[in-house]
Amino acid sequence: MVTSDIKFDIQSLNVRFAGVQAIKDLTLQVYANEIFTIIGPANSGKTSFLYSLNRLNDLNTTFRLTGTVRLDNMDIYLNYDVALLRKRVGIVFALPAPLPLSIFDNIAYGPRMHGLKNRGKLMEIVEKSLIEAYLWEEVKDRLNTPAFNLSGGQQQRLCIARNLAVNPEVLLFDEPTSGLDPISTAKVEDALRLLKQKYTIILVTNNVAQAARVGDRTAFFLMGELIELDETNKIFTKPGEKRTEDYITGKFG
Amino acid sequence: MNAKIQEKIASRILFFCTVMVVLPVVMILAIILYKGIGAISWEFLFSMPRNGMSAGGILPAILGTLYLVAGAVLFALPLGVLTAIYLVEYSRDNFLSRLIKLAIVNLAGVPSVVYGLFGLGIFVTFFQFGASILAGSLTLGIMILPVIITASREALESVPQSFRVVSLSLGASKWQTIRHSVLPHALPGILTGAILGIGRAAGETAPILFTVAAFYLPKLPTSVFDQTMALPYHLYVISTQVPGIAENVRYGTALVLVFLVLMLNLFAIIVRSRFRKRKKW
Repeated sequence: MVTSDIKFDIQSLNVRFAGVQAIKDLTLQVYANEIFTIIGPANSGKTSFLYSLNRLNDLNTTFRLTGTVRLDNMDIYLNYDVALLRKRVGIVFALPAPLPLSIFDNIAYGPRMHGLKNRGKLMEIVEKSLIEAYLWEEVKDRLNTPAFNLSGGQQQRLCIARNLAVNPEVLLFDEPTSGLDPISTAKVEDALRLLKQKYTIILVTNNVAQAARVGDRTAFFLMGELIELDETNKIFTKPGEKRTEDYITGKFG
Repeated sequence: MNAKIQEKIASRILFFCTVMVVLPVVMILAIILYKGIGAISWEFLFSMPRNGMSAGGILPAILGTLYLVAGAVLFALPLGVLTAIYLVEYSRDNFLSRLIKLAIVNLAGVPSVVYGLFGLGIFVTFFQFGASILAGSLTLGIMILPVIITASREALESVPQSFRVVSLSLGASKWQTIRHSVLPHALPGILTGAILGIGRAAGETAPILFTVAAFYLPKLPTSVFDQTMALPYHLYVISTQVPGIAENVRYGTALVLVFLVLMLNLFAIIVRSRFRKRKKW
């Protein structure tokens, strides 16, 4: 790997909330256009890690961070425009979080906040984003109906589309299918595989099988520490660590 | 005693209490309506008082109250809402912000005559507005500020946190987030605060006593520096200060005041319910 292929470069990251350590001395790199999956039991620091990448942790006043997080070789905690960072690094949450607006307005929300007013251009973006998120065919006739009327899986793909509308480079997924049925989950995973061609994807999942299905590389987190990081099929066939093996075979967690 | 009997007794007592609360309201409205409806006429509503208020109408008092309420809301609503936004969205939870919140809550409990005295000292005397609509509106405005701030704070706090996080995560600024993802959903609650404020501003006598209300002024105000008559004070005057006013004129004045407040409330309730229809979470 040449350095230009490194999207996120994390060096000795420590994260604390109100003094409690959530991430311990974490060093890893995420490459461009890969699906980087993170598995691990509850409280292993997966979500804290994700929120460190787009600075959503900043909303918590007790949050403290040491170490560096570099995006395209720029330290995002050093004089970095946070709005720009969050535009470049989108996130899809565990629970579908549509805004109480129409489908169209949900997706147009980001572009509008960044100053786009032209209805025709917005329509173009909405259509393109919905197609990329695998949702266009299901909603193209009812773009002006409330987003809350969609099913859970559709809402989750709507949230993906809403991120795509602001032209991100990295997409963070925080257990995006934990509330979905298997069919909706499959659709979201299909969307992930397509998105990988254009975007870098970091997927936190509590579903070990999902990591095996979609991940290029997989990291195993435990108690805020990185235990193991390798090619996904290696993690699942020949894990180097006993604890990784125990977790993926269901012996704990 | 078994649970079924307890249940019956509990529900009866609760129902009885509710009736006891509603009863006085209904009785007040009924008595005012019964005794006052006879006085209501075109002339009563739309003409000047004559013969030392014993004849003619109450137009200056009606308009005066409308001006004062409008002025108070115009002043207190933006100020109160912006303060609430700061307290909920921007201020950190520390000793100072808790002190401010406590002060605002306590301000709501200050007797209205104290606001009147404050208005006299600050607006009438110090700023030299004189006894005027401006001074009265500002005094009423300060009186209803805590109501509006408290209601707005509760409305803002009830907007789900996820709306803010989603908006921020799409790269919106904090102000954009508040403007587009928080305020629209807090509006119904904020309007509730405005309704409560309007009701209080229209009905209070003490704050306008020293700052604006005229005893007998049979002409309409032409600027915000004019004095004006106002319904609550007029009611007080014709009920206790001027002998020989017909009973139906007094109750008619009360009826107009109650009706005015109800209409203002109704307007705000309609606006609020239209916003609420869009609420979907």
